[in-house]
Amino acid sequence: MKRVICTILCLILVLSMAACGQKTETAATTAAPAAAPAATEAPAATETPAAPAKLSGTVSTDGSTSMEKVIGALGEAFMEANADVTFTYNPTGSGSGIQAVQEGRCDIGLSSRVLKDEEKAAGLTETVLCYDGIAVIVNPENTVEDLTLEQIAAIYTGEIKNWSEVGGSDAEIVLIGREAGSGTRSGFEEIVEVKDKCQYRQELSSTGDVITTVAQNPGAIGYASLASVKDTVKTVKVGGVTPSEATVKDGTYAIQRPFVLATKTDAKLNDAAQAFFDYVTSPAANDVITAAGVVPAK
Amino acid sequence: MKTKENYLERLVHGVFLLLGLVTVACVLLITVYLVVSGIPAIREIGIVKFLFGAEWASTAAEPKYGILPFILTSVYGTAGAILLGVPIGFLTAIYLAKMAPKSVKEIMGQAVSMLAGIPSVVYGLVGMMVLVPGIRKLFHVPDGASLLAAIVVLAIMILPSIIKMSVTALEAVPKEYEDASLALGATPEETWFRVSVPAAKSGIAAAVVLGVGRAIGEAMAVMMVAGNAANMPSLFQSVRFLTTAVASEMSYSSGLQRQALFSIALVLFLFIMLINAVLNFFLKGEKRS
Repeated sequence: MKRVICTILCLILVLSMAACGQKTETAATTAAPAAAPAATEAPAATETPAAPAKLSGTVSTDGSTSMEKVIGALGEAFMEANADVTFTYNPTGSGSGIQAVQEGRCDIGLSSRVLKDEEKAAGLTETVLCYDGIAVIVNPENTVEDLTLEQIAAIYTGEIKNWSEVGGSDAEIVLIGREAGSGTRSGFEEIVEVKDKCQYRQELSSTGDVITTVAQNPGAIGYASLASVKDTVKTVKVGGVTPSEATVKDGTYAIQRPFVLATKTDAKLNDAAQAFFDYVTSPAANDVITAAGVVPAK
Repeated sequence: MKTKENYLERLVHGVFLLLGLVTVACVLLITVYLVVSGIPAIREIGIVKFLFGAEWASTAAEPKYGILPFILTSVYGTAGAILLGVPIGFLTAIYLAKMAPKSVKEIMGQAVSMLAGIPSVVYGLVGMMVLVPGIRKLFHVPDGASLLAAIVVLAIMILPSIIKMSVTALEAVPKEYEDASLALGATPEETWFRVSVPAAKSGIAAAVVLGVGRAIGEAMAVMMVAGNAANMPSLFQSVRFLTTAVASEMSYSSGLQRQALFSIALVLFLFIMLINAVLNFFLKGEKRS
């Protein structure tokens, strides 16, 4: 008897664990095949009596990991306004996002670079959602005001080791960067063309840490998303251009990249995806976009 | 009536068994999960290359996954913390258990408990704001985020566990031992160090091992002061521990990089298991004596 009860209890436990395990798994991959979550969540959604005009369906996005923050914030804001819409985002990288929208595996592809000509020729249209400006920051005590892209590259690869070589005081340069995999890091390294060659002294896992560290160390140089820079640090002009929303928008500030929505040129989006697309490209989304640390395109 | 009670008893028994099984199941689940998700990357990279590779560049065009710098950093960092923390903790424990007047003991005991209750992120924050700039100015190095900063933070973090466990062990020494020593003409100091401490040695050893466990498993505080560059350990260099290697790259990782992080976690898990085994050994020794 005892053994039977014991076995039953064990079984229940194991089963419930297995169930939990599956649940977290689907949550972790929130996005992947858009059809699966939509199918499982549809019955739950219809429980609330939907008004006839209400939007429902799924918006699936796929692509750039750098856009995680902004697209996540937009998705949340959109779902808040349209409770019956399921928004999914699959962080795979710009290349796979573009491929996914080409193959129809998602509604909107996300790319943190402009589309190549052959991608456009293959039937894709790009819409710039926003611009991501990356500011080069130094300690306020630092007298260096202006660096060229080449100088920044030389500093980050360790060719220039002392501030006196770029017109500052005699102090060793301390390179502060982000951890491998960070969107800001890959963006910065790609634009400055120092990919995989940076001699970081510190690799920190958040923008806030980078700013705090640079603010504390007179010899430090770091990079951070333009919108999150505070006055505890000084931004450096790049090639004579002060980083600001305006210079990022008109393209004169060099260390920036566009965040692009890729859609099929000849196919129509479904209603939910079209509504989402209209919302994010309208000025109404600007606040959300700015809050996510990037500069809206409009 | 009797059978009814019997059933009730069985039911209660079952509930308790179930609750107990939750813990066991969690441990099993974590172990199985870590092994299953940690093995593929090791197999793909090669165990020798993985464990003894000196370079870590997980997102490079030609990724390198060598975790020797992390292993050595964890070992050195923990050893440093023990070297710094154990003498302080041990002597504090002797003072608290044997010397201190009751009021002092109470206040100090409270302070130690509070030290144990401070969240690790707070240790990290204070370390980042005070210790890191302090080291930079004191030693005239370009940057203070270093192995030394991590060692100091870890040493402070392991103090409570060392002190509390050592005090318990010292207080458990039978009074007769000490009385006998005193009656034979030994001074109180001689008695503490030659009688009480040897009698409590397995408990104190367990305290040290517990400290090792805490130091090697700490991630948050270390991540904020160690700089996290994947260098070979050196006192004033920015270093990355096994824990921070997993924590700092996990959020954006993908593919083999992510699998390799799980493998690091597996290595860390084996380290902790080993420490637990040593701890059990000492605790059993204490029971026997």
